[in-house]
Amino acid sequence: MSILLPRPVTRRSVLRGALGGATIGISLPFLDAFLNESGTALAGTGAPLPVRFGTWYWGLGHTPGHAIVPKTRTAEGIEFLTECLPLKRHEKHLNFFGGFNMPLDGRSNYTHFSGWVASRTGSAPSTNSEIPAPTLDLLVADHIARGSRFQTIDATACGIARENYSARSTNSRAAAEASPERLYSRVFGVEFADPNKTDFKPDTRMMVRRSVLSAVTDERKALLRRVGTADRQRLDEYFTSIRQLEGQLEAQLRKPEPNQSCAIPSAPRRDGAEQDMPQGLEVDTVVANHKVMSQMMAMAVACNQTKVFNMVFSDNFSHMRRPGQTYTHHLLTHEETPDKVLGYQPVAFWFNCRTMDAFATFIDAFANIREGAGSLLDNMLIFAATETNYARVHSVDGVPVFTAGNAGGRIKTGLHVVGNGDPITRVGLTAMQVMGVPIDTWGTRSLQTSKTITEILV
Amino acid sequence: MSRVRGVALLALALSFGILAACGGGTPATRGAEPGMRLLTEPQYRRIIADIFGEQITIGGTFDPLVRTNGLLTVGSSDAHITPAGLEQLDRMARSIAAQVTSEENRDFLIPCAPADALSPDPQCARLFFRDTGRLLYRRPLSKDELDAAVAVADAATTELGSFHEGLAAGLAGMLISPSFLFVIEEVEPDPDREGAVRLDAYAKAARLSFFLWGTSPDDELLRVAESGELHAPRMMKKQVDRLLDSPRLEQGLRLFFDDMLNFENIARLEKDAIIYPAFSTAVANDAREQTLRTMMDVVLRQDGDYRDVFTTRKTFLSGPLGRIYRVPVSRPDGGWMEYEFPEGDPRVGIATHISFTALHSHAGRSSPTLRGKAIREILLCQRVPDPPGTVDFSKFNDPQSPAHTARERLTVHSIEPACAGCHKLTDPVGLGMEHIDGAGQLRTSEEGYPIDATGELDGFDFKDVAGIGPALRENPAAPACLVNRLYSYATARTPVRNERKYLKHLEHRFEDDGFKVRALLREIALGEAMYAVRQPAARTAAVNGSPRGKS
Repeated sequence: MSILLPRPVTRRSVLRGALGGATIGISLPFLDAFLNESGTALAGTGAPLPVRFGTWYWGLGHTPGHAIVPKTRTAEGIEFLTECLPLKRHEKHLNFFGGFNMPLDGRSNYTHFSGWVASRTGSAPSTNSEIPAPTLDLLVADHIARGSRFQTIDATACGIARENYSARSTNSRAAAEASPERLYSRVFGVEFADPNKTDFKPDTRMMVRRSVLSAVTDERKALLRRVGTADRQRLDEYFTSIRQLEGQLEAQLRKPEPNQSCAIPSAPRRDGAEQDMPQGLEVDTVVANHKVMSQMMAMAVACNQTKVFNMVFSDNFSHMRRPGQTYTHHLLTHEETPDKVLGYQPVAFWFNCRTMDAFATFIDAFANIREGAGSLLDNMLIFAATETNYARVHSVDGVPVFTAGNAGGRIKTGLHVVGNGDPITRVGLTAMQVMGVPIDTWGTRSLQTSKTITEILV
Repeated sequence: MSRVRGVALLALALSFGILAACGGGTPATRGAEPGMRLLTEPQYRRIIADIFGEQITIGGTFDPLVRTNGLLTVGSSDAHITPAGLEQLDRMARSIAAQVTSEENRDFLIPCAPADALSPDPQCARLFFRDTGRLLYRRPLSKDELDAAVAVADAATTELGSFHEGLAAGLAGMLISPSFLFVIEEVEPDPDREGAVRLDAYAKAARLSFFLWGTSPDDELLRVAESGELHAPRMMKKQVDRLLDSPRLEQGLRLFFDDMLNFENIARLEKDAIIYPAFSTAVANDAREQTLRTMMDVVLRQDGDYRDVFTTRKTFLSGPLGRIYRVPVSRPDGGWMEYEFPEGDPRVGIATHISFTALHSHAGRSSPTLRGKAIREILLCQRVPDPPGTVDFSKFNDPQSPAHTARERLTVHSIEPACAGCHKLTDPVGLGMEHIDGAGQLRTSEEGYPIDATGELDGFDFKDVAGIGPALRENPAAPACLVNRLYSYATARTPVRNERKYLKHLEHRFEDDGFKVRALLREIALGEAMYAVRQPAARTAAVNGSPRGKS
């Protein structure tokens, strides 16, 4: 598939569009013509370009000693080893966080589960399915997503909709978009309003849908009377979801801001043929779908469809496999004999290399979209993490974390941050604070922290 | 009794909390608080098909449920609707509503025609929403609810210039209403027990219908709920027997076994095309159907002993399945044929089906551990502990002792203390199934080396995969597991402490009835336990206020 090049949009065409839809007001656009001279802020108000947040997930960690050269103190420069070499091209946009620990306070290390739950919720699970607190992406979304068409967009390249590492609680976990076609349909399907079209007219059907939702909301009081406390909470979450759907409709009833960065991608097709992309866990399939989905996700952000997203490359048990081979990535990490000369499990390492290459591709998708004086990546904070440091032994101490993007100039990048055994929640806390979430302490028990990683703050 | 069997029985007792055997009548229970369950995806699909017909197509993705006490249905009692999930449900609702009101369907799904197709017709809309809403909400709509639906439809008709599009808007609203998506149980004062409460008749009807049919109550069940007759034991008995005698019992029981056997995972089952070229999506889908057909044949059509599902050689095959089973299936209509594996064939019972052996394997190889875990957890309701977080895997990677077969690879599990505890529960069972590969095909060797397929389950030794069925059939945990799961399914929750004696009672009744599932369903459906509820502390309005549907 290909991403269409942005169509040129001028101030004149924007104004003509605005006048054409006489009753439709337009809010501040992100056109260069509307930015200040340095392209870092909106000219009309001086307000900075919005900063958006996303997560990227990969399963099974790194190959210790072959990914990133450890450091003893926080310093500029990240030394990439073979497994992570593809990331070198993004060094100036990355931070690497190593040496942060995940104290479980005697709770079991539920393999491939405790790690992601603890780093994303700030709390270690007490069962193999518990998600004890909302994941950080939702806390950020609660703070910044108002007015977006989607509160979050979640997608997974491994084809399994339930492999979404974003949840409000154990029983409140959305399915991810599990194929390029589904992601495209949801974001750029028939309900997408092209911001660069000049002939915007509000869809009457949207207005009707709004009245339908309003009628559903009217049931709230009567329903809440009928249920107990725990179920009341579930109904409240339902009505919160209704409000978000109403917000989505509101967003679609407004003329979208003209947006030079937004170019509608073409529908995903297998090698240009009239077929859907292949599905499955063969590594080449996952990589191909991930590339297409990364470009779509980046464009969804650029087109102001969401301010928060979650992208999964491989699941926490990484079931990726090579054609004709009996061992999956996960099985290899436990059962492949390490090569005596190399000192690692060569095929598991190969999977890890493909994974980090995919991460670099993901960053490319954001870096390649121009926004203001720089790229979309400059106005992003991407939190990339996994669930284990070394999958062979399921270790959760020293789980590697990256951030990508400069968060609109709020953070320094190109740093290797050394945790010295501090809880890994420091990274999540700092990320949320950078995104403006009013939070000074995060996590529970030994994972609780109020220590911001000040070294990365501008 | 062998030590292993003793351990297994102890585990069974612990997992079900078995108390001393009870004598006399049915043990009393106090139940739990009334529930609010989210419709599961199969229930949602079934309801739409039942109310509007099989021709209505439903796309979209449902939020995943957390499997609880072995069932997604139990997880639905704690499930939330996320914003993304609601967005999907909204899209489905609009699509269903558009199909229901389309030119192709409106003549038989809408009980009236508008006076003017371009203008509101509140009378016709009211008639439609009254009848359809009653089936969707599983109770009559209140006047306010009916007025609101008509108002939405009238306003939308005016806006869109089409009565049927307006009607679709109102219907879409009903389809995303919590009153449809959640089965909200309400209580009322129990006239036979002062100060206590009971489920109201609509909630009873819903529990009964979802239990036996996997769908909403039909018109008759709603009618006897509305009249209050359902509270009378005689009427309850009449309705239970009506539901049990209906062909829809099969659809309900299929949904139950589909849930119990984790068959939702078959939808995303994939195998390596090079290693297993005969395996395909069609094989996976038909494998699910094969097992369900086999089970329905044993427990419904033959009204046989439930345990026979583990030993029956009789089954049903389709063309794609024939390629895996290496059985010629020639049906000109591309359909199914009855088939009986001959004596001596190792295919004995559902645990040897593709739906079990391939589902609990990796994409390119079998997995004795996954199979053993599935036998214990799914078919015997036993809990296999989670693997430890810190294991020394170096013993698995000894290059001096190359392993060719799964048994050789897994030997280290039994000698490594960190692994042995759990793997002793799983591997002896799963290794006995190694004559079936990861796609469900028979084999006798792996990498050219003969497979030692001896196995053992709770003291029952067997020499190859043909023995897993008899081992399951003779295991007392198997019927006890079905009792536990069926009761959980009926109440959509994990059994509580005060129900332990009752569950034991059900197990005895099941055994006394020759392990006939239909009799067990009847026993559960007619028992007071299935409907017993306690008054939740923070929920008083329904007791003190007006009954629903009457406001």
